[in-house]
Amino acid sequence: MKMFEVTYKRRLNHNMVWLKIYAPLVARKARPGQFIILRTDEYGERIPLTMAGHNEEDGTIDLIYAAIGRTTMLMDQLEVGDCFADIVGPLGKPTHMEGLKKVCVVGGGTGNALAYPLATGMKKAGIEVDMIEGFKTKDLVILEDEFRAGVDRLYVVTDDGSYGEKAFTTDKLKQLIAEGNTYDQIIAVGPPMMMKFVCQIAAENNIPSVASLTAYMIDGTGMCGGCRCKIGGEDKFVCVDGPEFDGALVDWDDLIKRSNYYKDQEAEDRAHVCRLTGGVRYHD
Amino acid sequence: MINLVREKNPMPEQAPDVRNKNFLEVCTGYTEEMAIREAMRCLKCRKKPCTTGCPVMIKIPDFIAKVAEGDFEAAYQIISEDSSLPAICGRVCPQENQCEGNCVHAKKGEAVGIGRLERFVADWHAANYGDVEIQPVEGNGHKVAVIGAGPAGLACAGDLINKGYEVTVFEALHKTGGVLVYGIPQFRLPKEIVAAEVAKLEAKGVKFVTNAVVGRAITVDELMDEGFESVFIGTGAGLPSFMNIPGENLIGVCSANEYLTRINLMKAYLPEYDTPIMHADKIAIVGGGNVAMDAARCAKRMGASEVYIIYRRSMDELPARAEEVHHAKEEGIIFKLLTNPVEIKGNEEGIVTGIECVTMELGEPDASGRRKPVVVEGSNHIIPVDMVIMSIGTKLNTLILDTTENLEANKKGGIGTDDEAATNRPGIFAGGDAVTGAATVIKAMGAGKKAAKGIDEYLSK
Repeated sequence: MKMFEVTYKRRLNHNMVWLKIYAPLVARKARPGQFIILRTDEYGERIPLTMAGHNEEDGTIDLIYAAIGRTTMLMDQLEVGDCFADIVGPLGKPTHMEGLKKVCVVGGGTGNALAYPLATGMKKAGIEVDMIEGFKTKDLVILEDEFRAGVDRLYVVTDDGSYGEKAFTTDKLKQLIAEGNTYDQIIAVGPPMMMKFVCQIAAENNIPSVASLTAYMIDGTGMCGGCRCKIGGEDKFVCVDGPEFDGALVDWDDLIKRSNYYKDQEAEDRAHVCRLTGGVRYHD
Repeated sequence: MINLVREKNPMPEQAPDVRNKNFLEVCTGYTEEMAIREAMRCLKCRKKPCTTGCPVMIKIPDFIAKVAEGDFEAAYQIISEDSSLPAICGRVCPQENQCEGNCVHAKKGEAVGIGRLERFVADWHAANYGDVEIQPVEGNGHKVAVIGAGPAGLACAGDLINKGYEVTVFEALHKTGGVLVYGIPQFRLPKEIVAAEVAKLEAKGVKFVTNAVVGRAITVDELMDEGFESVFIGTGAGLPSFMNIPGENLIGVCSANEYLTRINLMKAYLPEYDTPIMHADKIAIVGGGNVAMDAARCAKRMGASEVYIIYRRSMDELPARAEEVHHAKEEGIIFKLLTNPVEIKGNEEGIVTGIECVTMELGEPDASGRRKPVVVEGSNHIIPVDMVIMSIGTKLNTLILDTTENLEANKKGGIGTDDEAATNRPGIFAGGDAVTGAATVIKAMGAGKKAAKGIDEYLSK
């Protein structure tokens, strides 16, 4: 096995892919909630991705990603047997599980891939887990069987009602709480706007919340400061202080604004999709 | 024969208006004739004040004497006895505060160009003996781990491999060199030089493991359990500081570390690299150190029309190396001295539009001995910019301290060591910025060498 070789590739929907990659140094120590930083090749940027799982025995880590940016589109071109130039990790602090008895994990879109190791990891640790998987529409639903096998109760919702219940994740969460479910913690993994509202609902019901944040970063060890965000009025670095933070303390508006830092360049990159993928384009 | 000219032989360099648009090296280096002429200015002082000023005590008058004789390889061998990275130090050391600051010539004119000669000798050696095959050093069977492939780690690894230790260097980034590759720009220190130094160490038998974050992927204690008898920690300075003023999280504000890493390590200035970078027209850099000068000069080269250095004290207190300030001015960087930011202004989309500053005046000396800058009331003014780069120093990274059992910190929060670079844990040594906080390449190298000596003594017991 070559270092950082792709050992498994499975398309989950029209733009999401599940990869297993040989990275023994990372797999040895990885815990749910932690992330890696990768480079596809010498000319590639460094991007962070939360791991969707790991296997210490065969030395592999799992990445599930949506091909929506330059690097993820390039990743889409990698097949089993191809190698990444670099993978570094595990980075960030693992998910905090001590003292929890029952939780609700709320995943939105791509965030469900990151919620997967977290929710199933908690279940394995003896915590009762309710999982809300939310998607825009039926075609985007992923990991349903995997979640069903790995958590106590799974609720699949879509914005347009084309699959599962027609609801936003926030509606479903409100309903579960209204029905008398009590949670020690609510965990939000998904688009910042969804996480903001999930954490608000948690706060309204006096339930502690945790949000898993993503940010621009380069080194992942605290050196660049690109991933800084405001938590309880203080500057924190997602890479070393996170990626999970107390949802009640996150300055969501600041985070949402900062996620547009390279918006113009990214739009330009997407316009060059043909050059990147030889004309193949998997997303709308 | 002694050359009695009071000024240094000028360093050939690219014209300012040409070089501020490219990333090629600014200084092109002495010719053999220039080097000999400069070497002949050395007065061969018996007390060698220059050597006293050098953190690694290079036998400066001796190597300069060899340059004056035209025996450049002999000069290289003399430098090599004390320094492992002369091509690098000749380019980036703050000589005016070290060797050259102590030169007798400096009292009535300009010091001997020791840095320029060191660079010349190292480059001459690379050009003439660079492809001589290096033989692996015979091992003594003792395994040592070095954490961090920056100046401290490379110097430590270099001395240890020469003594026969089996050395493995762990580096968190994908490339070796630490600040020499992610921080210092190509036009000041070509990365090919760093790569050549690393290749030399590899040829001698040093193993490099990139993409390895010690403290996360593997801990110091685990390294020792796996058979490393001693560990050197040279993980460098840590988290960039911000000013805690309003507007620092606007789009267009970043740390100098981030800006420089995107450009230097990840080559954002070359079209074939994917690295995103913000292209701004007017850029303010806050701070007055070498990192600030590097960021400013990079900003100019990335196409900015106006680049400001905003520094709260005056030119006399500016901490950057004299040559960098001189070069920055020549390249058109605008110095806003005695100026301090109070807020970064942005538009509705959260994008930087300007930086509000106050004017300062110098009052009584403070704890650092420098005159304390005091705000001039009512002096608030806005400099219109579309990007702000913070270059006001770093805070120490606690990852290794947090993940190594019973390893003690020093008063500053860095890794605690004694004068011999030994920590409180037997066999664990540390040095460079990880111990002292942000300092210089040569000081980190000096600490790496000191640790190598300490490790050798520890393992020879």
